[in-house]
Amino acid sequence: MDNTKRYERLLERFRNGDLDRRSFLGLIGAAGVAYGVQTPFARMAFAQDVTQVRFDGWGGVVSEAFRRHAFDPYTAQTGITVVDGTFSGGDEYLAQVRSSQEGEYNIAHLSGVFDYARYVNFGLDVELNIDNIPNMELVMDALTNAFSSITPDHLSAVPYNYGTTGLAYNRAHISDEEIREKGASILIDPAYEGKIGGWSDWRTRLWYAALQTGQSPNDIQDMEAAWDAIRSHRDLALKYWGSGAELMSLLAEEEIYVTEGWSGRIAALQEQGHDIGYYDPPSSFGWQECLFVIKGSPVEACEELLNFMLAPETSIAVAEGQNYPPALDGTKVDLGEKIPTLPAYDPSGTLEALTFADPAYWNGNEAEWSETFSRVQRGF
Amino acid sequence: MSVEAREKRQPWILLSPALGAVTLLLLVPLIFIVVYSFWLRSAVGPDIQGFHPDNWQRALTDPFYRYILLNTLKIAAITTFFCAILGYPAAYFITRSSGNKMLLLLLLMLPFWISYIIRTMSWINILGSSGALNTFLLSIGVISSPIQMLYNEATVILGLVHFLLPFMVLNIYVSLDGIDTNLEGAATSLGATRWQAFLQVTLPLSLPGLAAGGLLCFVLGAGTYITPLVLGGPRDAMFANLVFEAIITQLNWPMGSALSLLLLLVLGALVAVYNRFLGMSQLTKGLG
Repeated sequence: MDNTKRYERLLERFRNGDLDRRSFLGLIGAAGVAYGVQTPFARMAFAQDVTQVRFDGWGGVVSEAFRRHAFDPYTAQTGITVVDGTFSGGDEYLAQVRSSQEGEYNIAHLSGVFDYARYVNFGLDVELNIDNIPNMELVMDALTNAFSSITPDHLSAVPYNYGTTGLAYNRAHISDEEIREKGASILIDPAYEGKIGGWSDWRTRLWYAALQTGQSPNDIQDMEAAWDAIRSHRDLALKYWGSGAELMSLLAEEEIYVTEGWSGRIAALQEQGHDIGYYDPPSSFGWQECLFVIKGSPVEACEELLNFMLAPETSIAVAEGQNYPPALDGTKVDLGEKIPTLPAYDPSGTLEALTFADPAYWNGNEAEWSETFSRVQRGF
Repeated sequence: MSVEAREKRQPWILLSPALGAVTLLLLVPLIFIVVYSFWLRSAVGPDIQGFHPDNWQRALTDPFYRYILLNTLKIAAITTFFCAILGYPAAYFITRSSGNKMLLLLLLMLPFWISYIIRTMSWINILGSSGALNTFLLSIGVISSPIQMLYNEATVILGLVHFLLPFMVLNIYVSLDGIDTNLEGAATSLGATRWQAFLQVTLPLSLPGLAAGGLLCFVLGAGTYITPLVLGGPRDAMFANLVFEAIITQLNWPMGSALSLLLLLVLGALVAVYNRFLGMSQLTKGLG
């Protein structure tokens, strides 16, 4: 007999006068307490009965592409609902996950290998059974190896796409020749004071500061010079943007003429008809994104979703929707016509042309640099 | 049980749901934050537990935090000043209007039906390079290229005034509405001009409402972080932004806890001073 039936019988006895009001309310209250006490444990018992999986990503065109090309077909095929949420930054999302109950968040579209390392360091990883994800065979080895170097005995994520944070500029005010000539230094060019933007992310700020001071982003020797470059950028910038939507709005409304930007978002702006150019300067910030399964999640259901999402037809459709090249190896899979034209696309399948952040280097300095950036940003 | 004992217990029984809610939703989390503020952030991985005064030491001695705290108090004070200047005439007008008082009060409450973030972002469409104001000025030939009006401290204050003005107006209105209008009449009949009657009778009597509105605007203004995020430039930040960054960006929850408690203590001290001289009853009257 289920709880609803029990309640209906009690209600009938109460209405018939077989049960006094005090006893009726007492029994309902006791049932509520009993349910409240046992629910956390009941969740474990129901763990195999998965009806939904939560996915969190970057929102905007990316989320729309996932919903249309991956989640809805997956639900139609498996009956498992995908609940999708969004975040504007990986740091903010990690804070949410850390303060949540296990199982509350399941799969996240994380950016960068350093994010993978951070989640592993916080003990938020799971062990995926790659045999349950046969489409992993189609993924570029270069992307998978980056994660394997952090967790050699297992994987908690599958690579999904990659891109760059390059220079985005308004062609009505800045020519293609000028951006190639000035490169990253255009972001500290006084000629564009008040028309320069930048992401409020400390890693991106430092990466570009390294390029502006002629240093390797993965081995910055002169930190003071890098902080000075950030100070120069701060004084010339109109605004630090905090999300992809804000980046697109600032460029589209011509509030700013130049900023660094995410390759897929700029491609989306170009598709909308805005005359925005995109240029990856030498050692531009390359990154790869993954679908990370968080500790406490229904792993088998997640593996099924991951395999579904990695299937070439889904992966290509999502990539075309979000304008980031997929993790699939172009030498193994026919990626169609659009993907080879996307910014940051690497036809070799080796990704040797892109510069990625060294997770050990950046995570090792995160505590100090993120706090110093907060001070530099405010004029210190 | 005697009647006297039952009467003694009854208020506590009635208060118990509220006390339970305050304990669970306010006191317990606050204790967690206090405990957290004495932990330490590790470079990677979970925080280091224990009793470490380091975060408090830094929060109290580091000139960076002092600078941002003073800047926050300055912005909150300027915002409160403008709210008072703009709010008093509006509240006076509503009090003295006869037929349409309810309609005016309804209009005052209308902004609360729209999200605070949306209201803040609306300024981008008004003051932006391609916003309403620049477009208008360009179209009438006053300017030849858009003026940069957004993303500075002035727009942060503007956004805060926009957000907080209704709180000020409501508090002053409640105070003005409780003043006997015959008092002004009596003053003028004794030879005072209308301006003198206002300055020497109405204004002093309405000061508690003004103070209550001021306190609300100041505390709410000093605790905000959305407005500088949306309308501020790279340098513009208030103390709550540092709390946000410590917890969200730097994942330094212990330092974020210490900073949030410091802000709470500063604003709490202000409320205590207010309570000492004016009493909290005026504040609750305004909220009601």
